[in-house]
Amino acid sequence: MSDSSEVKRPALNLDASSAAAPSAPALAKEDRRAAASGGGLAHGLAWVRSWEALLLVLLVLSLALGSALSPYFLSLSNFSLLISDMMEKALMALTMTLIVIAGEIDLSVASILGLASVVLGYTWSHGLPLGLAIVLVLLIGALCGLVNGLAVTRLGLPSLVVTLGTLALFRGLAYVVMGDQAVSSFPPAFTNFGFGTVPGTLIPWPFVLFVALALIFSLLLHRSTLGRQIYAIGSNKEAARFAGIRVEDIKLLLFVLSGLMAALAGVVFTARFSNARADNALGFELDVVTIVLLGGVNIFGGSGSLPGVVLSLLIIGVLRNALGLADISGDIQNIAVGALLILSVLGPNVVRRFQEAASRRRAAEKGPAGGPAHGAARSVPEETGAARAREGGQRR
Amino acid sequence: MEVAAPQAAVPVIELVGVSKRFGAIQALKEVDLSLYAGEVHALVGENGAGKSTLVKILAGVHRPDRGLLKISGEAVELRSPAQAQAAGIAVIHQEPTLFPDLDVAENVFMGHQPRDRLGRIDWRRMYREVEQLLQSLGVELNVYLPVRGLSVADRQLVEIARALSQDARVLIMDEPTASLSPREVEELFTIVEQLRARQVAILFVSHRLEEVFRLASRVTVLRDGQRVITAPAQDLTPEETVRHMVGRELAALFPKEEAAVGEVVLEVRHLSRAGLFRDVSFQLRRGEILGLAGLVGAGRTEVARVLFGIDQAESGEILVDGRPVSIRSPREAMRYGIAYVPEDRHQQGLVLDFSIARNITLSILKRVARFSLIRSRQELKIAADYAERLHVRGGRLTQPVRALSGGNQQKVVLGKWLATEPRILILDEPTRGIDIGAKAEVHRIVSELAARGLAILLISSELPEILAMSDRVLVMHEGRISGLFSRAEADQEKVMLAATGQNRQSR
Repeated sequence: MSDSSEVKRPALNLDASSAAAPSAPALAKEDRRAAASGGGLAHGLAWVRSWEALLLVLLVLSLALGSALSPYFLSLSNFSLLISDMMEKALMALTMTLIVIAGEIDLSVASILGLASVVLGYTWSHGLPLGLAIVLVLLIGALCGLVNGLAVTRLGLPSLVVTLGTLALFRGLAYVVMGDQAVSSFPPAFTNFGFGTVPGTLIPWPFVLFVALALIFSLLLHRSTLGRQIYAIGSNKEAARFAGIRVEDIKLLLFVLSGLMAALAGVVFTARFSNARADNALGFELDVVTIVLLGGVNIFGGSGSLPGVVLSLLIIGVLRNALGLADISGDIQNIAVGALLILSVLGPNVVRRFQEAASRRRAAEKGPAGGPAHGAARSVPEETGAARAREGGQRR
Repeated sequence: MEVAAPQAAVPVIELVGVSKRFGAIQALKEVDLSLYAGEVHALVGENGAGKSTLVKILAGVHRPDRGLLKISGEAVELRSPAQAQAAGIAVIHQEPTLFPDLDVAENVFMGHQPRDRLGRIDWRRMYREVEQLLQSLGVELNVYLPVRGLSVADRQLVEIARALSQDARVLIMDEPTASLSPREVEELFTIVEQLRARQVAILFVSHRLEEVFRLASRVTVLRDGQRVITAPAQDLTPEETVRHMVGRELAALFPKEEAAVGEVVLEVRHLSRAGLFRDVSFQLRRGEILGLAGLVGAGRTEVARVLFGIDQAESGEILVDGRPVSIRSPREAMRYGIAYVPEDRHQQGLVLDFSIARNITLSILKRVARFSLIRSRQELKIAADYAERLHVRGGRLTQPVRALSGGNQQKVVLGKWLATEPRILILDEPTRGIDIGAKAEVHRIVSELAARGLAILLISSELPEILAMSDRVLVMHEGRISGLFSRAEADQEKVMLAATGQNRQSR
């Protein structure tokens, strides 16, 4: 074996290299200032901002539509109702946002809601104290999420397929428990939480619950280490793994949270309607996914924000309410929601294509001599394949 | 062995002064190459010498920036692989690309099936002709078998038969033996001899020199995109050939500073992972840079992945500070103080959409957070610290790393791993695809790190880099350790001979 230090290689001239390393600009200082002014929040903030601006415009438009369609639309009691009607979807959208940012999806949420509602009604009507029944239902929701999560992370199946399967499976279980029966008598304290408002206001109780959870989830997603890891996973799973992030464990956790949240939404739904039926919240997953994607979350993962999702939540709520006031049935309303879903995925792609074309034109005007030093990294073959494909998948 | 280029003949195919550039990289520079009917012409060179580019130009995939391509003495332009095929040029790939669900005969005649008078495929004639073709090569292969499930060797035969069915006059074999067993190699060579007898011109691309000298009548050596020499095989020895392959410029490299080499921090004993590497053992000491040299596919990255817990070894031991450890995930590797700067910056090293700061702190989130909430000021402070130390330039810390140059991106990756305060640093091709200035900076940083007591495993395909930076050089060839040299012993030829498996007899 060797001894390293006995021979000196002909000393190579280092001057060239140190000359090639000019003194670094005061980059650090500038960034500390940026941090102080809160500029360290997010990269690509400009994009998100402009998307949220667009959502605001959409919200104003749908409000205008509402007031045009019905004289009852612009009233506090209608808004209280409108908010109330969105609460289950709103709760599920919180966890759905995290899951989609992590690059997965959970289509089974509405079915978990239905199963939770039915189990709650069944156990309560069979004598279980309501408090215990609620705990049991939340556990079942978490268990459903665990099933989804294990299939995705341990068996490596695509979540789209797994949760499409469990969408049918969990709903089927709900029918097994209760068939087409319904339980519709619950203790007043419980239904008051559902129907009631904060005394002296028109604020529905479930909305209070949602605001509290939304704040927690915002903190979780935008400020916590877990949130950062979720973005990293959705942006580049491989790099996240190489950085020591427990990719599969975090995904599993998110599915469990999603199941838990869907079950909680099931409790809220049961309280609001004082009704436990197997077909409760049928088809809600369409709205939840639409809310999340319209809210600016990239369907391929890696980007999106909760404020955007909350805005989009209001848009969908206002739209459904306005159409409802105009006597348009839920099934027909689905046409609008479905169209929004597709537009929310299509729109940014079109915008991006225009932007790319514009920047290509600009580059072309500058002339082809973009300088090999710059062009180098871009045109090295290794860069093209996978990296380019990913770039294509990036939305905002 | 017959004498090289038959004098009077015109080359079947000829490259004259061909140059090709990809961005900043001059892949080929004024290369001449001629192929005569009935000769086996070997093309050799290090990783990145320009062999693949040359093959792709002949195959019509790339078009030269300058220079001529002549077929039978006439200048032609090949605009697509289809045109190259029509001109009688066929490529046999290392991993043949065929239609897996079609049978052997269908693959051979794909695109030019024999037709009957009504224009329908003449199946009977097709199978008969393929059988005859294979028979004439002395090969027994059931023409009705689907290609899926055939061995690589058999699939190469299908490609060869396909080339012959199209009356190919030029056959380019790109590393054809890389995934063949010794027996299959022998069979392939028999066929190559037959093709030579049929007056096919064969370009044999390989870095297995013993094969080159068995088969080839002439040898062309490429280095850094330029032709170094073309000579009859009998005028060259493997040693001379290696000398021509290496001898690269050592300019702009930063040699390692002398550093006190301390105790062993990482030891690997008889590490194996089926099909990738076998019986790998070495020691790595504090303050030492251990170079890991070898050709692409020698198993170096695969060893690194096991050390970092991404893959698991099937047998063997890893010891950190003399204690056996089992590393089942990158997280565990980090706990042992191991950091890995991966080969693929974009896929494995960075989250391209994340800012510089977020990339740097990605593996140390705990340290920038309180009660699991990230403190952005703390995060930017730590990131700024590493960015400053590593001279990351080209953007503010809050800008996405996507916008940075390759060199600066690599410095961000380095910063990310240094932030974990590792004791063992594995660098996998740390200077690939970055410009000379940034390269020198990376070398300076790595050298400083070793001086401060880090144990560094440096994987690189650039021999000058390995030689300038390493205290010792470990060489891998086809999954095994094929050499270990002290800094004093190591030179380009010895390392290259070990990397091509030429030093086996002497060991």
